[in-house]
Amino acid sequence: MHRFAKPSVFLKLTAPILPWLAGATAILIAAGLYFALFASPIDYQQGDTVRIMYLHVPSAWMGLFCYVGMAICGAMSLIWKHPLADICARATAPIGATFTALCLITGSLWGEPMWGTWWVWDARLTSMLILLFLYLGYIALVNAFDDPDRGSKAGSALALVGAVNVPIVKFSVDWWNTLHQPASIVRMDGPAVDPSMQLPLALMILGFTGYYFVVLILRVRLELNERRIRALHLSGMFDDNAQDAEPYDPGHNAETSQ
Amino acid sequence: MSEFFSMGGYGSYIWSSYGVTAIAMIVLLLATLRGLRNSRRELDQLETVLHTKRQRRNRKSRKAT
Amino acid sequence: MNGFTAILRRDLQLAMRQGADSVMVVAFFIVTTTLFPFGVGPEANILARIASGVIWVSALLAAMLSLERVFQTDYEDGTLELLTLSPVSLEVVVLGKVVAHWLTTGLPLIVAAPLMAVMLNMDTDGFVVLMIAMLLGTPALSLIGAIGAALILGARRGGVLVSLLVLPLYIPILIFGAGAVEAALLGMSATAQLQIMGAILLLALAATPFATAHALRQAME
Repeated sequence: MHRFAKPSVFLKLTAPILPWLAGATAILIAAGLYFALFASPIDYQQGDTVRIMYLHVPSAWMGLFCYVGMAICGAMSLIWKHPLADICARATAPIGATFTALCLITGSLWGEPMWGTWWVWDARLTSMLILLFLYLGYIALVNAFDDPDRGSKAGSALALVGAVNVPIVKFSVDWWNTLHQPASIVRMDGPAVDPSMQLPLALMILGFTGYYFVVLILRVRLELNERRIRALHLSGMFDDNAQDAEPYDPGHNAETSQ
Repeated sequence: MSEFFSMGGYGSYIWSSYGVTAIAMIVLLLATLRGLRNSRRELDQLETVLHTKRQRRNRKSRKAT
Repeated sequence: MNGFTAILRRDLQLAMRQGADSVMVVAFFIVTTTLFPFGVGPEANILARIASGVIWVSALLAAMLSLERVFQTDYEDGTLELLTLSPVSLEVVVLGKVVAHWLTTGLPLIVAAPLMAVMLNMDTDGFVVLMIAMLLGTPALSLIGAIGAALILGARRGGVLVSLLVLPLYIPILIFGAGAVEAALLGMSATAQLQIMGAILLLALAATPFATAHALRQAME
């Protein structure tokens, strides 16, 4: 039971941060939306469709960011064997998968009016699709075990192995670039996006990152609660004849401890 | 106003991408919050059961002495 | 090294005795490849165009088919537990089992591939490169696949799961394997693709035994 004493530190640390983080995220996304939809110029080539970029690029960023986060969590779980690292990786996966899917969907909705096709087998699109497969594989693996601890550990190992793919996604644009525009945000000679477009883009990226951390904290709490429930059920204290069971120490409930 | 919604003729693409993104992010958040509420409720129930059980046992052991 | 040869000999003997594994893999490979002409039609030039990709995809699937069994039987009957306790390091055990897996599945596929290339009307220019590419690619498939096979030990629905885990990781091998053959068919040099495949193989050889052994230790906990 006391194996989960450490995670309660997590709850104490995050409880005061969470409302501020949620508020900042809401403000950032609202401001980002205002600039993205009203107060930004249209692109001279792409017209209004450039407004999709303010969703597409942050989603792609989040998809990669979450995967790197999972790989780092996997490395930490490998080195320090801290259960929280596994839980964080596990809580990150659905968020990353959602953003990767959103990146593909918004990219598709941008590609149809601009290139005249919903999908091209371009290097970056394809790598993003592979990233989505990696997320789905991770989620399937983590949930395939009766013991969630075993699932999380296997998942951490898989995240590390799959992390080899993330640099391929990043640099594949230099290997084969066909219909897709060359990477224009992260370039060695500075961003090529017009300054008036950088502000909404930066706001949305920050807002999405904030959203990730808010949902991450909530999902880690959810995981901790579920582990606690499972530990209670397995402890045998709910059997009527288990009189000698180890006394249960309350106060680790993720929500009541606030 | 309608000019704003038509987005230079690309309104359907732009609004559907904003819509899909909003729905996905809200659904993920709500699903997490709901799961959290359910897990908290179950945990509270378990702890009350445990609490009453412990009290009963304490009373019993006091009677025995 | 002794431990390595002992594991290798044991696994090969088991495969010989049960026999069916290699035959099944090759049969699966041939049947899958045969399905494509039914799907795209029997026109010779279309088949020749897609031959290298079809052969690679079928080989990938066939190699994956037998992955689940690499560690599963040893895990179930407790042999794996004894192997983890033995003085031989687990990485060496893994390497022995992977080599055995490659000899029983990868090698037969390489032998069967030219046959299917002929049936798919592939130009003879590509044959040598196809064989070299498969010689470099299939060991990497076994090495990478072993990680997946070790991760799913004890999981529900392991067989489907291993394909979901491993297939995305196979994509670079598919790209460069098919690319090498295509380059050769166009009369260009396939050296670059083959060198990249060699690099992938060396990287996999250096890194995957540790990952697989780590996954096995997790499964044994």
